[in-house]
Amino acid sequence: MAEELVLEFEVGGLDFAAVGEASGGVKRALQQVGMGASVVRRAAVCAFEVETNIVIHATRGVVRARISPERVVVEAEDEGPGIRDLELAMREGYSTAPAYIREMGFGAGMGFANMRRCSDSMEVSSEVGKGTRVRLVIEVGKP
Amino acid sequence: MYLRDVQRILKAEVLWGEDLLDREVVAGFGCDLISDSLFFATPGTLLLTGLTHPQVVRAAELMEFCGVVFVRGKRPGDGVVDLAREREMPLLLTGYLMFDSCGLLYEAGLRGCRAGEPR
Repeated sequence: MAEELVLEFEVGGLDFAAVGEASGGVKRALQQVGMGASVVRRAAVCAFEVETNIVIHATRGVVRARISPERVVVEAEDEGPGIRDLELAMREGYSTAPAYIREMGFGAGMGFANMRRCSDSMEVSSEVGKGTRVRLVIEVGKP
Repeated sequence: MYLRDVQRILKAEVLWGEDLLDREVVAGFGCDLISDSLFFATPGTLLLTGLTHPQVVRAAELMEFCGVVFVRGKRPGDGVVDLAREREMPLLLTGYLMFDSCGLLYEAGLRGCRAGEPR
């Protein structure tokens, strides 16, 4: 594997039909470079959650995966409303997703909980009215 | 338990995956929230859900579920079945409600992802 393989996926706000495309791409790339099943699964879930957040809440965004032998970094940057109260947003079961989105099975308020569970480190920064950035690190060789 | 058993127990219609019914079902998980299925379920899980949009198939593939059962007679559109064919994700359709579907499978010996332990 090269020093670092970087993949980038554009994600459109409210583009529910495409949910899973970016995270599926991340997953396939990780499988192709021969990452272990656990790292692949954890990174895939992280990618799915950041991708879903962009679709639900933002205007547009990018999901990026930086793949190296030591770690997989999943990054997301979006343009959107941002997160007013990060602490509240992190709470399991809390979501600002509107009813019609919940009816589709999204907006369960488990996104950040899922990211935290599947990553070794999680950084979230947000500016209200601007957008949100998420950085998730999955260390290779950690259980 | 195998998908074939699930089909028999739930009197289910196979929407796609007739040739994959010998797949083993490791555990069961029933819910109508995608994030919850990603959070709690493990590979080899059978997902029972009333959600019928394509993202269910994508999430199931992402998590390496063994198949999806649509409960309450919820029939997905053709696009979902096409996607399942593309991703090789067996889809079953049962007229039983969620509670009864899970109960019948549990009674037949299938257990949940966490072997019945509360969180």
